[in-house]
Amino acid sequence: MALQQYDAIVVGSGISGGWAAKELCERGLKTLLLDRGRNVEHVKDYTTAFTAPWEIPHRGMSPQSLLKKYPVSRRARVLYELNAQFFIDDKQCPYVEAKPFDWVRGYQVGGRSLTWGRQCYRWSDFDFTANQVDGSGIDWPIRYKDIAPWYDHVERFAGISGSMEGLPQLPDGQFLPPMDLNCVEQSVAARIKEHYKDERRMIIGRTANLTTPLGGRGNCQYRDKCELGCPFGAYFSTQSATLPAAMKTGNLTLRPFSIVRRLLYDKAAKRVSGVEILDAETKGTNEFKSKIVFLCASTLNSAWVLMNSATDVWPDGLGSSSGELGHNVLDHHTRAGANGQVDGFGDRYVYGRRPNNFYVPRFRNLFGDKRPYLRGFGYQGSASRQDWSRNIAELGVGAPLKEAITEPGQWTIGMSGFGETLPYHDNRVYLDKTKRDNWGLPVLAMDCAIRDNEKLMRQDMKNDAAEMLEAAGVKNVKATDFGYTFGSCIHEMGAARMGTDPKTSVLNANNQVWDAKNVFVTDGACMASSGCVNPSLTYMALTARAVEFAAQAMKRGDL
Amino acid sequence: MDRRAALARMVAITGSAMIGSEFFLTGCRRPGKHATKPFTPQDLVLMDEIGDTIIPATDTPGAKAVGIGAFMAMMVGDCYDDDNHAAFQDGLTQIDQASRKRTGRAFAESAPAQRLALLVDIDRENRTYTQNRKPADPQHYFKLMKDLTLLGFFTSEIGCTRALRFVETPGSYDGNVPYRKGEKLWVNPMRRV
Repeated sequence: MALQQYDAIVVGSGISGGWAAKELCERGLKTLLLDRGRNVEHVKDYTTAFTAPWEIPHRGMSPQSLLKKYPVSRRARVLYELNAQFFIDDKQCPYVEAKPFDWVRGYQVGGRSLTWGRQCYRWSDFDFTANQVDGSGIDWPIRYKDIAPWYDHVERFAGISGSMEGLPQLPDGQFLPPMDLNCVEQSVAARIKEHYKDERRMIIGRTANLTTPLGGRGNCQYRDKCELGCPFGAYFSTQSATLPAAMKTGNLTLRPFSIVRRLLYDKAAKRVSGVEILDAETKGTNEFKSKIVFLCASTLNSAWVLMNSATDVWPDGLGSSSGELGHNVLDHHTRAGANGQVDGFGDRYVYGRRPNNFYVPRFRNLFGDKRPYLRGFGYQGSASRQDWSRNIAELGVGAPLKEAITEPGQWTIGMSGFGETLPYHDNRVYLDKTKRDNWGLPVLAMDCAIRDNEKLMRQDMKNDAAEMLEAAGVKNVKATDFGYTFGSCIHEMGAARMGTDPKTSVLNANNQVWDAKNVFVTDGACMASSGCVNPSLTYMALTARAVEFAAQAMKRGDL
Repeated sequence: MDRRAALARMVAITGSAMIGSEFFLTGCRRPGKHATKPFTPQDLVLMDEIGDTIIPATDTPGAKAVGIGAFMAMMVGDCYDDDNHAAFQDGLTQIDQASRKRTGRAFAESAPAQRLALLVDIDRENRTYTQNRKPADPQHYFKLMKDLTLLGFFTSEIGCTRALRFVETPGSYDGNVPYRKGEKLWVNPMRRV
C-alpha cells in the first residue's frame, strides 16, 4: 500500500515529469510520480527493438486494423506496426475538433520521451524578447540569462551531441561530440555558406543521442531505431535517464495507471492539498496529499487537469483567473520545404544509420533582414542515396531491373521547415462536457488554426529552401508545401502561459500557478511563444529551474 | 489530402517517396465500387510466377523463393482499399487471358521466356498509362503487382541479407565511405509509409 502523503507529487512522467521527479528526489523530497498509462520498463519492454525487417508483418505499411485503432496517430504519420505500443488507442481518448487538430499521445510511463524526435536547441534572447518587440502575445517573464545555467545543467545530464557554431540565434551548449554530416550534406553546406556569405548555415542536428558513453548509458549504435526504445539507453528518455536517477535516491514512488482527475484546491489556504486520481484499470478513486504539485501531463492534458479542477472560486478551472487558461495554444507549422537530386558522389556512400538530420538555423527577420511576416523558421533534412524503390522506367521487369536496384541510386536531398506560430488568444482548447472518454471524463475541444502570418511564412519556407538547394548546385529542385494540420508537428505548447502579470498569464516567472502557488506547470503548457526550434530542451531547463526555486522556497518555509 | 500527407514525410525529409505509398490505405477503408473475392490457390501460383518474372532468380534467389504470392495476397487483403483490391484481382485474369491469347497457355504454364516477354509488354503499357494517369483514374494493375513484388522481395530475409546488405547494429556512422560499382545497397529497416 502506497503512502498517501508526500512532499511532492509529479503528474506525468514524460520528458518534463521525469526531470521534475529526478530533481525533486535529488533534493531529498519524497516524491510520488503519477502516470495515467502502463509502466514501460527500460530495455525489457522494448519488445520490437530487435525485430528484423522481414518480421514486420506489413513491412512498414498499415493494415486496416491499425488504421481503425490509431486514426489520429496514423494521420500525423508517426505510428506504424513496430511502435504502436507507445501510442494511445485513439478510440478510448476522443477529443472534439472544432477545427482540424492532430493530437498524438503516448500514455505510458515515459510518455512521448520514448518516441520523441530528440532534436535539442537552446532558445536565444531573440525568442525570449520576441513578444515584447513585436507586440504579439505577452512578454516572457524570463530572459536567456535566467535559463542559460539550466540549459547547461540539463544538457550535461541528458547528453546532447552537436557542433559549436557561435550563432547568436542558436546559442551553443554543453555538447558531446557532433555526429557527421554526410559527404553530400557537407558539400551542400559549404556551398550555402559561401553563397550566402555565412548568413545561412547548414549544420549537423543537435540531438539527445549519446556520441560517447555517459552516466552508465551506452553510446549510439547507429541503428536509427530510437522510436522503438533503445536497448543501449543511448538516447535520452525518462526510462534511460531521469527515472533511474530518481529511483537511485530512494525518494521516488512511481504509480502507473493513475489518471489525475483534479487537483484538490483548499480555498482557505489558497493552495492545493493534493490530487484526486482515477485508477485507469479499476476505475476506483484515490487521493494523495502533498506540499507541492508539479503538473507535467503534457501541454494540453495539463490544461485539462487545471480546467477540470474547477471550484466555485474558479468556475473555469484552477488558474483561470486571467481568462487565459486554455488560450494561446501553439505548435510549429511544418511540411513546407524543397527537395532535389545531387549529381556526382557516385563513388561515395555511408556506413551506419545516423538517427539525426542536418539543421539550418533561422535566418529570416534577424540581423537587419525584414520580411512581410513576423518571426522565422529553421529547416531539418538529410541527403541519402536512393534505394530499390526508385523508378527506373527503362528497366521494366526481370534480371536487369533486379541487378540495378540492388545497388544504391542517385543522391537526393530534402529539407522541411519548422515555422514559428504566433500566440493568438483565439487559438484555444476548452472542456466539452457533452462528450466523455473511456473513463467517463469530459474531453478537450480544439479550436486552433494558423493565420496570415504563418501562411506568408510558408511561402518563404518553400521558396528559400528551393533557392538554397539551387545555389548549392542541386538539380531538379522542387519546392513543396504538403499542407499542415494544427498539432501535427507534435510540438503543442501554450494554454497556460507564463507572464509577469496575473491578469494576463496563468503562471509566473517560476512556473507557479498565480492562483495556487504550490502548483508548478513546467511542460509545454507554460510557453508564452513557440520560437521555431524544437521545444523539449527548454521544458527540461524550465522544469529543473522551477524545482530549484520550489525546493528553496520550501526550505525557507514559503511553500 | 491525406494521401498527399502520406508522402510528405518521406519526400520532405529525404527527397524521395516510398514505393507504392500512394495506393496503400491511409484512412479507414470505405466500400469500393467493385466487389472483391478471396484469392484461390491458383491465384497464388499465378502471383508467385508473376513475382518471379519481375524479380527472377539470378545469382541470388528470386521472388518466388520468398513466397511473394502469399505476401501479395496478404497485403492486398489487409492494406488496399476495395477498388485497388478489385483492380489487382482483375489484373490476374487479364494476364492469364493475354497469355492464352499469345501462347495458348495460362501464364503459369507458359515458358519463362514467354512470361517475360508478356510482362515486359504489359509493363510498358503500365508505364505509359501511369505517366498520363489523372488523380481520379484507377491504378494500373501491373503497377500494383510490380510495387508489391519489390516491397515483398527487398524486405524479405533473402532480399535483405542476400540481394542487399543488412546490419542490425552498425555500431558507428561514417557519412563518407568509398563506394565501388557492384556493391549492394544497405537496408534501412525503418522504412515505412
